[in-house]
Amino acid sequence: MKRFVLVSSLILGFGSDAFGKQAAEARAPEVQNAGGLPAETRMKALEEEVRTLAEEVAVLRGELKAVRDAKSAEPASDPRILLTAAHIEPGMLPANPPPIAASASPGPAPASPQVAQTQTYGGATSNAKLLNPDISLIGDFIGTAGHNTISPSRSLELHESEVGMQAIIDPYARADAFISFGETGVNVEEAYVTFTSLPAGLLMKVGKMRADFGKVNTIHNHALPYIDRPLATNNLVGGEDGIDDAGISITRFLPAPKNWFMEGTAQVFRGDSSTVYAANRRQDLSVVGHLRGYRDLSESTNLDLGISYSRGHSNLGFDFGPNFLTNLYGADATLRWKPLRRAIYKNFLFRTELFWSARDQLSALNAFETQHAFGMYSSAEYRVNRRWTVGGRFDRSGRATNANLTDTGFSGILTYWPSEFSQIRGQYRFGHLALANPGDFSNANEFLFQFLFVMGAHGAHPF
Amino acid sequence: MHRCSFGKRLTAVFTTLAFSMALLGPTPARAAGKLKIMTATTDLAALAEEVGGERIEVESIARGYQDPHFVDAKPSFLLKLKRADLLIVVGLELEIGWLPPLITQSTNPKIQVAAPGYLDASRFARILEIPTGQVTRAEGDVHPLGNPHYWLDPENGLRIAKGIADKLAEMRPEDAAYFAQRYADFEQRLKQADERWLAEMKPYAGRKIVTYHRSWPNFAEHFHLNVVGYVEPRPGIPPSPQHTVELMQLMKRENVKVIVVEPYFDLKTPNAVARETGAQVLVLPPSVGGEKEITDYFKLFDYDISKLKQAFDATH
Repeated sequence: MKRFVLVSSLILGFGSDAFGKQAAEARAPEVQNAGGLPAETRMKALEEEVRTLAEEVAVLRGELKAVRDAKSAEPASDPRILLTAAHIEPGMLPANPPPIAASASPGPAPASPQVAQTQTYGGATSNAKLLNPDISLIGDFIGTAGHNTISPSRSLELHESEVGMQAIIDPYARADAFISFGETGVNVEEAYVTFTSLPAGLLMKVGKMRADFGKVNTIHNHALPYIDRPLATNNLVGGEDGIDDAGISITRFLPAPKNWFMEGTAQVFRGDSSTVYAANRRQDLSVVGHLRGYRDLSESTNLDLGISYSRGHSNLGFDFGPNFLTNLYGADATLRWKPLRRAIYKNFLFRTELFWSARDQLSALNAFETQHAFGMYSSAEYRVNRRWTVGGRFDRSGRATNANLTDTGFSGILTYWPSEFSQIRGQYRFGHLALANPGDFSNANEFLFQFLFVMGAHGAHPF
Repeated sequence: MHRCSFGKRLTAVFTTLAFSMALLGPTPARAAGKLKIMTATTDLAALAEEVGGERIEVESIARGYQDPHFVDAKPSFLLKLKRADLLIVVGLELEIGWLPPLITQSTNPKIQVAAPGYLDASRFARILEIPTGQVTRAEGDVHPLGNPHYWLDPENGLRIAKGIADKLAEMRPEDAAYFAQRYADFEQRLKQADERWLAEMKPYAGRKIVTYHRSWPNFAEHFHLNVVGYVEPRPGIPPSPQHTVELMQLMKRENVKVIVVEPYFDLKTPNAVARETGAQVLVLPPSVGGEKEITDYFKLFDYDISKLKQAFDATH
């Protein structure tokens, strides 16, 4: 029955059209042959052709009618609708069958004015879709095997699915939003508007954004050269989400020595950032300042340096008043090598970041104290060929809440790219992690693997 | 209780910082005698040079021997973009991986997308390989708007040059006659050169070639070459053993003797295919600056055509 409805609807909708085309094709050679004959003979041939076509149409109409009659005579045994079009009463459909002449002629189809006439808001033909933002989704699947008692992660998880939406808002601004759907909920990772046409060379961003504190804090999970984040980030700079808050950012190029590029960024946030900052009062804002210096050492080699500062109210889990501040200092250095002729096959990147944290908190004896912790990581990656990259990372970091506890670790990373839009990565991670008793350690040996896939709009490559 | 005003103090510090940054920075370069033009690729720079002459200063972001799909968005380009009066792009999503952040961060209102100083050269060109029907990445890194390597057709070169000349005249009405005259001169020289190139290529019309990437449809169409296969199984996907075997069979069947490879691709697979099929691997730059001696748009075709002729002669 279903198949019959489908077939009949196809016949109703396109049958005459298709037959018309076939007929026209079948006669095309004759018409061409007739091209050499006098005009009168040709006209006659054409008239003859039109007549045959009209006869064919009549025959087809008769067949259609028979099919329709047969169909309406049948009891409606299956009440479900297969196709909406198939459910339309037969009598309503061929009120204006497509004229055969039009379907046989190869000229431009007069479709567009009709589309414009029938256009409705939200309809399938709406041209407003052209104004939709660039939409992408990045799936990040992570698996972990091995032993880690200090910070265990789940064996298999769809760590996050990040939906990106990016568009130019108006002649003065563009907006970027990244919403990540994780295992535990939805988080607006970033959503900000960037004003690109401000006077005095200022670039202003307003919204929720990853703070410009160092390098790794600004990078989304899927763009990192490792599966996890460095220990220092987890211990001192708020872990995976890092300093990521609602606020305003202003960036400007600064005067620089010859061949240097200097850029300064000043940001002010509400003051809530994962484990680092908490704003209990309206005035508990946090600030971030970043100074970047960049220089091309040669066409293929460049050096990227930065210093960062951030200050906010310590996240103590409870409001003990406005006197507890956390000061964070950072320094980063990146050396890149990428020969332009072989850019897609070979490159090398070395990066190191240092972090200092001075955190006001209550000591075990409930007295005011400041913990001074230091953390760092160094990582290197080398692209062996178009598909394979090897990398490594060394980590060392104290804990923000207890600087006496120091974690150390290293990782080896192997990445494979089937194409630009998917990535498979494995990481061996060793951790020499501090236990609550100073001097006691637990060793973690883990193997992590990750599958990344990108659908939708082609995003920019991170630099 | 002085701590209560911490938030206010922070705001004050922040504002002072922002303002001092605003005041300290270099004042935006005044539009001096020459129009400052940045282009995404060297070919557009060469065409701008032809019509702009000494009234413009032009520089390309990508180098001619670099894969234009993969350019690093280095901050050093930002300084140049900031001073630019005009940015000319290839468009059709060729630069989608690197140009959008550069434009945003340039803090130059003149060259923002659709601003008067933003010129998409694909608007003027005849575009091939525009996908119809469903577009999916099962086809590799497809360009939904069509093949962006359109500058390799001299007719498109002429169309782009006209577009640039009109834009320059619009930006500098007092120099309009100069740009129009330069364009007329370029048109004449290009027509002469094209006649010569077509004559040189005529004996090889219909020759079958294989190319690494789909960079050559416009070139092949204009010079009547027949691209029958690609070393890449799909655009942007590196060669696979199975596809390479199929390509070898195809080349033997179709008697293809020339494999054209862009200078930024690996020669291992093309060389292996060439050994197996008795074909010749020809490294052919698709852009001005791809080789030292290719210093302008004319020399690009001079070079490529002479190399192709040599290869065709050597293999037949």
